[in-house]
Amino acid sequence: MSADPVLLFDYLLGLGDDRLVLGNRLSEWCAHGPILEEDIAVTNMALDLLGQASTLLNLAGQVEGKGRDADALAYLRDEIAFRNVRLVELPIGDFGFTIARQFLFDVYSFHLMDTLQACSHTGLAALAGKCVKEDRYHVRHSGEWVIRLGDGTEESHGRMQHAMDKLWPYVGELFQPDAADVAMTAAGISPELSTLRGQWQLVVQDVMGRATLMVPAVVTAPPPGIRRGSHTEHLGHMLAEMQIVARSHPGAKW
Amino acid sequence: MVVTLTTERIYEALEDVLDPEVPALSVVDLGIVRDVTLAGDTVRIDITPTYSGCPAMHVIETDIVSAVRRLGVDRVEVRTVFAPAWSTDWISASGRAKLKAYGIAPPDRHTDGPLVPLGPTIRRVACPFCGSSNTELRSEFGPTACKSLYACAGCQQPFEYFKSL
Repeated sequence: MSADPVLLFDYLLGLGDDRLVLGNRLSEWCAHGPILEEDIAVTNMALDLLGQASTLLNLAGQVEGKGRDADALAYLRDEIAFRNVRLVELPIGDFGFTIARQFLFDVYSFHLMDTLQACSHTGLAALAGKCVKEDRYHVRHSGEWVIRLGDGTEESHGRMQHAMDKLWPYVGELFQPDAADVAMTAAGISPELSTLRGQWQLVVQDVMGRATLMVPAVVTAPPPGIRRGSHTEHLGHMLAEMQIVARSHPGAKW
Repeated sequence: MVVTLTTERIYEALEDVLDPEVPALSVVDLGIVRDVTLAGDTVRIDITPTYSGCPAMHVIETDIVSAVRRLGVDRVEVRTVFAPAWSTDWISASGRAKLKAYGIAPPDRHTDGPLVPLGPTIRRVACPFCGSSNTELRSEFGPTACKSLYACAGCQQPFEYFKSL
């Protein structure tokens, strides 16, 4: 069964926007990392995510067939049209918060891309095959930091636990299927999100256990009315900064 | 003199197109040239990106077009293909030797280890300067997406390792 192009476009926007927004958040650490090596590592991961977003949004533009490429989709859409989950748009907080969020997303992304690389859409499968290799490095990096900080000093443990507690209400949204997810699962593209949640939980519980962190509670569904594409007040501010140059100088080249 | 254009000649020309971030390696050494086809007066070259966000890919594409145009070809198409995804296992034997001579430890054969190990460094990387294997991973992420940072306890030199992918 081939996928409805409108829902496929929505689905690809979700994949692209998650990585675009998280990549931008991570890049805020550029020149502000706690140590030089970490400054470089986090911005390397940001670069991977922005590259992934660019290929995914280009594919979305092709599926849409209206001549929009990754730049048009990234810079010329308004907040309301962004399909990312709220988890990735939250401000970076302290380094512990950044790493905790990164880890929760990386595990999700790794397992998602691992499944998508064998999906029925050959264009998406090819991109996912690339993403999963990069995601593996990201999970290792963020996961090792979760363990070091969680099982570190009283101060680092406290901050890490606080970050996880703050982030937990946002993770349910990753596994809450919307119309695009349901259609893509039926078309043999997306995995069942409940299966993905099972894979995610195994890794997250293992790493948080080794980090001596308490897993807050079972993953709960997002509050009523909240779905992929609902936003916090933080996204608009981020987009204003990200889009200002492209919008002030339409079609500029350098 | 008219020289017949063959895919071999195009590959030879591509041997001169260097990775701008690791100028020890050509695009052929890197294994990112996936196919070269001649169709009438058009040369089509398929390349695959190393990392999704590698900023060098744009420069590489332009350099490939210029190199092939120098052979007298007007129509050069560079196409980006994503599957199968690039692996450092595709770096040629001569490419590995060039990396080492340039001071970058060449990548090990790629294997997927445990997802989150946090243990002593399993990978033993030999120092490209003194050959000592008494080296330590400093950071998995280096100055470019494709490299990690190591330090050698043998000769006290920091060095880069071309990450296995």
